[in-house]
Amino acid sequence: MLFLRTLKLGVKSLMLHPLRSLLTVLGIFIGVASVIWLLAISEGISREAQRQIESLGADTIMIRSVEPPSEKMAPSGVTPYGLTREEFDMLVRTIPTLRTAVPIREIKRTFKYKDRQIEGRLVGSTPDYAEVTRLQVDRGHFITDAENFLREPVCVLASDVAARLFPYEDPIGKRVYLPEHTDYYRVVGVLKFRNDSAAIGGSMEAQSFRDDIYIPIKTLQQRIGDTVVRRAGASFSGEQIELNQITLTVQSIDDVKPTAELVQAALSHHDAMEDIRVIVPLELLEQAQTTRMMFMVFMGLVAAISLLVGGIGIMNIMLATVTERTREIGIRRALGAKRRDIIWQFLVESAVLSVVGGITGILAGLACRPVIVLARDLISSAYPETIAALPEVVRNVTPTIVPISIPIAFFISIAVGIIFGLFPAVRAAQMNPIEALRHE
Amino acid sequence: MQDNPYQVTTAHGFCMAGTTVKNACSIRNLTKEYVLKSETVRALRGVSFDVPEGDYVAIMGPSGSGKSTLLNLLGCLDQATSGELYLGEDNVSLMTDDELAEIRSRRIGFVFQSYNLIQQLTVVENIQVPLYYQGRLGAKDRQRCIELAKRVGLGNRLDHRPTQLSGGQQQRVAIARSLVNDPYFILADEATGNLDSKTTAEILALFDELNEEGRTIIMVTHEDEVAERAKRVIRLRDGLLQSDEQNAPEDRKAAAERAMQLATEVA
Repeated sequence: MLFLRTLKLGVKSLMLHPLRSLLTVLGIFIGVASVIWLLAISEGISREAQRQIESLGADTIMIRSVEPPSEKMAPSGVTPYGLTREEFDMLVRTIPTLRTAVPIREIKRTFKYKDRQIEGRLVGSTPDYAEVTRLQVDRGHFITDAENFLREPVCVLASDVAARLFPYEDPIGKRVYLPEHTDYYRVVGVLKFRNDSAAIGGSMEAQSFRDDIYIPIKTLQQRIGDTVVRRAGASFSGEQIELNQITLTVQSIDDVKPTAELVQAALSHHDAMEDIRVIVPLELLEQAQTTRMMFMVFMGLVAAISLLVGGIGIMNIMLATVTERTREIGIRRALGAKRRDIIWQFLVESAVLSVVGGITGILAGLACRPVIVLARDLISSAYPETIAALPEVVRNVTPTIVPISIPIAFFISIAVGIIFGLFPAVRAAQMNPIEALRHE
Repeated sequence: MQDNPYQVTTAHGFCMAGTTVKNACSIRNLTKEYVLKSETVRALRGVSFDVPEGDYVAIMGPSGSGKSTLLNLLGCLDQATSGELYLGEDNVSLMTDDELAEIRSRRIGFVFQSYNLIQQLTVVENIQVPLYYQGRLGAKDRQRCIELAKRVGLGNRLDHRPTQLSGGQQQRVAIARSLVNDPYFILADEATGNLDSKTTAEILALFDELNEEGRTIIMVTHEDEVAERAKRVIRLRDGLLQSDEQNAPEDRKAAAERAMQLATEVA
C-alpha cells in the first residue's frame, strides 16, 4: 500500500517533466534494446557459421590438393602435384579408424544437351560421396559400385544442372555431351537441392554443389585422365592431378584428432611441396565456438557501455531533480519524512525511469528479427549489388534472440536505476531540512 | 515522565488556579551555537519557558534575536547545543534524526510563511502528507483529511492543485495539514507574512477559532498587529528572553475588531 503510493507519487513527479523523463527513458531503452539486438545478431551469425561448418561433417577429415607456390613449380610444362591414388589406397589400408574414404577428382567443364550449354564442375567419385557430403537423390540413383568398377559412362546431375539442361524433359536416360572431350554420359540420377557449404577462413573455399555433375571416378580416370588442359583466350594452361580431395570419415568423434595426426604424418612427404592441406571441420567447429564466445563478450561489452551511458543519463536527471525539488524535500522532512523515506522516494523515481526503459527496450528487442529481415529485404531490393558484396554469413543472418538476454536486460536495467539513482537519492536525504526549506 | 517538574507550573493567570494543565512544550535553559568557520555564533543563550496546552503564544524579536533558531528547535528540525526541550512528555533533546522525524510527523503542525505545499499533490493529498509518513493511508485517514479541508473552508476544492489556489487558500490548506496529526501545537512561522490584510484577518480569525477549540498555537511574527491577537507575547533579544507578557483579553478583542474593520475597508 505504502509502496504503491510511493510509486504513484514517483510517476506523478516524473510526469511534471514529461519530455525530460521521456529522454531519460530513451537512454535506458536504447541500452536494453541494444543488449538484446547485439546478442541476437551475434547469436544469429554464429549459428549460421556453425550450421555451415556442421554441414561439412564433424566426423570428417578432408585432404585437399592445392596448387603449390609458383616457385616450386617446374618453369615450363605441367608439374604434377597433389594427392595420388596410391596415397589414397595407402590411407585406406593403414588407418584402422576409418569408416569411409572417398577419393574425389573435380574438373571445370562445359556440359551440353541439344542447344543448351552450361559451365559446371565434373566430379568423379565413389558411391560413398553422396553420404559424406549429405547429398540426397531425387530421382534415379547415385553412381553405384558396379558402374564405378565397370567404368560406365554414366552421370548424376545436381538439381540446378538438371533444371537448366533439361527444363522441359525428364533427364533420366538422356545423354549429356562434354564438348571438350567429345564424349557422352548417360544420366542415371538427379539430386535434391543442397545448400552451399561454408568457406572457412583461408583454408577452404565455399563449395557450391549447384553446378555439379557426378560420374564414377574410374570412368573419369579412364576417359579423361589426370591431365586436363584449360583454354583461356589464346593461352593454354594445364594441370596434372590424380585426386583433388580425399574425404575420410571416422567411426566416432573421438577418433577425429588422432586420425588427423596420423594422416598428416602419413602424408608428411608433401610438406616440402606444400601441395596438400588437411582440413578438420571439428577443429574449425571448436574454433568457431571460441570465436563465438569472444564475439558475444565483445557485443555484451558494447551493450554494457550503452547501458552505462543510459545510467549516467538517469543520474544526471535525478541530480537535477533533487536540486530542483530541494524545497519539496525540506517540506517533506519538516512534515515527518525520515531520511530513508526521501531515499526511497527518489530511488523509486529512478527505478521507474529505468524499468519503463527496460520494458520498452525488451519489446523493441523482440522486434529485432522482423525488423532486420525487413531492412535486409528493403536494402537488397534497392541496392542488390551492395548486398551481394557482403559475406554470405552476413547476408543470410537471421537474428536469434537469446532467451536469457531478456531477464538479464531487465535486471540490468533495474540495477542501473538503483545504482545510478542511489547517489542523488542519498544526496537528497542528506540535506539539512532547515536549509532545504529556505531554498528558493 | 508523569512527574516532570516543568509540567504543571505556569504562573500565568489564564489557567484556573488549582487545576493542573499539561504543557504542550516546555524548554529549559536552551542554548544553540553555530560554528561558522572560526567564529562561534551563540544564537540562543539560555532560554526557558513553558507553553501550556491551549495557549496561544506569539514569539517576537528583531532579526538576530534567535527567534528562527528557537522555531527550528521547537519544530524539531534542529538539535539544541545544551538545555532541555520537552514536547508533551518526550524529551526531544536526546532524540536521533529518525526519532525527530517521527515526532514531526506525529506531534507538530507546521504553518509556513510561504505555505510550502507540494506542487504535484492535490489539496487532500497535501493535507495527508504527515499521515503518509506514519503509514496511515486508509479510507478513514482520507476522510479525516477531507473533513479538515472542509473545516478550513475548502470543501469545494478538494482535488485542486496548489497552483490553482490563492495565497489565502493555500495557507488554509497548510493549516488543515498542520491539524491532521493532532499535534501538541501548531507552529506558525510568519504565517500571514505573504498575505494581504483581508486574508490576514481571515487566517488570524481561523487561528482564533482553533485556539478556542483548545489547540495550542505558537506563532513567530514580527508584526505587532499579529502579536496582539495572541494570548501571550514572548520577546527575544540577543538570544535571551527579554519579556514574557500576557495580552489582556479586551486588547485582543479590540485588535480582532480592528483587523476586521481594516479588512472590510479594503474590500
